[in-house]
Amino acid sequence: MKRSNLFLLIGVIAAAVVIFLNFDSSNIKTSQLSEAGGELKIYNWSDYIAEDTISNFEAETGIIVTYDMYDSNEVLEAKMLAGSSGYDLVVPTADFLARGREAGAYQDMDLSRIQNASNQDPEIQAQADRMVGSNSAGLVYMWGSTGIAYNEDMVAERLGDDAPTDSWSLILDPANAAKLEDCGIAILDAPTDVLPNVMTYLGYPGTSMEKSHFEAAGDALSAIRPYLRYINSSQSINDIANGDICAAIMWSGDAFQAAYRAEEAENGHVIDYYIPNEGTNLWFDVMAIPADAKNVDNAYKFVDYMMRADVAAANVNYVWYASGNEAARPDIDPEILSHPGIYPTEKAKEKLFVTPVYDAQTDRIVTRVWNRFSAGN
Amino acid sequence: MNYFFQKFGRILVIWLPLGWLLLFFMLPLVEMINVSFSEARRAVPPYIPAFQIGSEGFSFRPVLDNYLLIYEYWEDYLWPAINSIRLAFFSTLYCLLFAYPMAWWIARSNKSIQHILLILVLMPFWTSSLLRMYALIGLLNPNGFINDVLIWAGITVTPIQMMQTDFSIYSGMILTYLPLMILPLYASLVRLDVSIIEAAADLGAKKWDIFRTIVLPLSIPGIVAGSLLVFIPAVGEFVIPALLGGPEQLMLGKVIWTEFFRNRDWPVAAAIAIILIAIIILPIVYARYQDRERIS
Repeated sequence: MKRSNLFLLIGVIAAAVVIFLNFDSSNIKTSQLSEAGGELKIYNWSDYIAEDTISNFEAETGIIVTYDMYDSNEVLEAKMLAGSSGYDLVVPTADFLARGREAGAYQDMDLSRIQNASNQDPEIQAQADRMVGSNSAGLVYMWGSTGIAYNEDMVAERLGDDAPTDSWSLILDPANAAKLEDCGIAILDAPTDVLPNVMTYLGYPGTSMEKSHFEAAGDALSAIRPYLRYINSSQSINDIANGDICAAIMWSGDAFQAAYRAEEAENGHVIDYYIPNEGTNLWFDVMAIPADAKNVDNAYKFVDYMMRADVAAANVNYVWYASGNEAARPDIDPEILSHPGIYPTEKAKEKLFVTPVYDAQTDRIVTRVWNRFSAGN
Repeated sequence: MNYFFQKFGRILVIWLPLGWLLLFFMLPLVEMINVSFSEARRAVPPYIPAFQIGSEGFSFRPVLDNYLLIYEYWEDYLWPAINSIRLAFFSTLYCLLFAYPMAWWIARSNKSIQHILLILVLMPFWTSSLLRMYALIGLLNPNGFINDVLIWAGITVTPIQMMQTDFSIYSGMILTYLPLMILPLYASLVRLDVSIIEAAADLGAKKWDIFRTIVLPLSIPGIVAGSLLVFIPAVGEFVIPALLGGPEQLMLGKVIWTEFFRNRDWPVAAAIAIILIAIIILPIVYARYQDRERIS
């Protein structure tokens, strides 16, 4: 390369670096694409809304909805923290919402603008608000628990009729895990939903942030580690429905989706789900508006629409998660309302807890314990 | 006029791709180095850039914390790194063993079918790699196609566990990376002068000796090129071990993912990526340097 070319190259790199680092996307005036009333961009969990909810909303309001989906809170969070996501309404789980608000990624929701907010179950909303640390972060869409899904016949075959299908010990007791190894055990790849529950199983409070408690939970998991088929959050729905695995720590709604798929396939597998009697953590998915949302008015209209009792009930009947909407109850399928795995009994409720929002230090401890357990050393 | 177009055309042909590389390869790399020296915080974006030009002018405050943290917890990063390098090494080796005979066969076959064979090699690239991985899962699952056939044929009674094993990971790696090995090997083998082989045979060399002393040394550029093309992306591979592997195969790709998404520590994630790049690039640069020294 000629010397003059080399200098030119260095000059171009330097100029490009300066331009790039100086690039502040929030300063760019976005072209006024469409006036208000036009569009709404929603980012929600996959399989998390009735099939006709969006089209009904569009027909009713004339708003054009772009509906995208994610399958993990982490993906949503990374988008929110990078900024300029382009979305007007998202549905993070409460602890992720709390962190996102701390980072300034979300705006407050003015509940007085949402008439149907009064339909909300005050108890559920209060629990979520306490977790987020604000009364105006957003409204709970669905909530649920982490528990155990299992294949009734396969588990009974190996553990007998008195299998502890009401306790974490079904999977966490190495003696049981060893017997279930051949038919397959899976665990969620979600440390914040698994470690606190292992802690309750060991007799520690699930809300603890003690390093030693996390480490004890990690040790308990390592003890059953040789018997695990895999650690994955999305694979077990299909696998347990197909009979490829027979017991899994899962989120309630996923478990019921698996049960439904097995029933549809008529493959003879009966899947059930329970909230272990030692207790489990609750999670709340909250409808929230990003700080840089462009169609805020339409986001409010959509939240209001989602809070309507008939709309909320239609969504519950489709996704089989518990709704934050109290007024929807009469329209919800009785089979869902009466299932203790979805709407826990009063007795089970006493043992339910809400995990605290971890600080960066605790995040690191949790990840470290989890990685060591996953890697099997 | 003609001269002008020639000159302009040359500038366009050289600088357009170069500009593209600078913009979309160099700049992200520079930004990643920048993030790796930044301080993590809870905000948008989740770090304070080490190098910044803002309204208050120019600022440069690099922090070494991220690299120090990796140093402090080196055990957490060493094992995944060894896993990744082991995976990349054996994937490269298996690809080489599979690709060499195939490349030789293609290079020695009739000119008219060579093109068809090369298209067949590239054919898998026409479908999304993710789709191919799911197809592989469908084959290897306990109630997948292979096990169904084995049980039907009475070879086994219970399904063989193939998923979440080294076997499934290497199947995925070979399926994905084999064409990247075949093509450079083919390119160097097709140029090989057949008369040299004939001369060696005439002089009484055995087949193995011909391969060892003539074909293999002459195809080394192809082996090196193919191995680099497979090894480098294989070290950072995330999707294949995540989809096909079991929990014990913790790879660097997953560790970076964890730092980024679970610890929300973008600077540490960037620092690991930079170290990984350094570990891969430095030996290659050193080898090149040695080569040049030897030549001059």
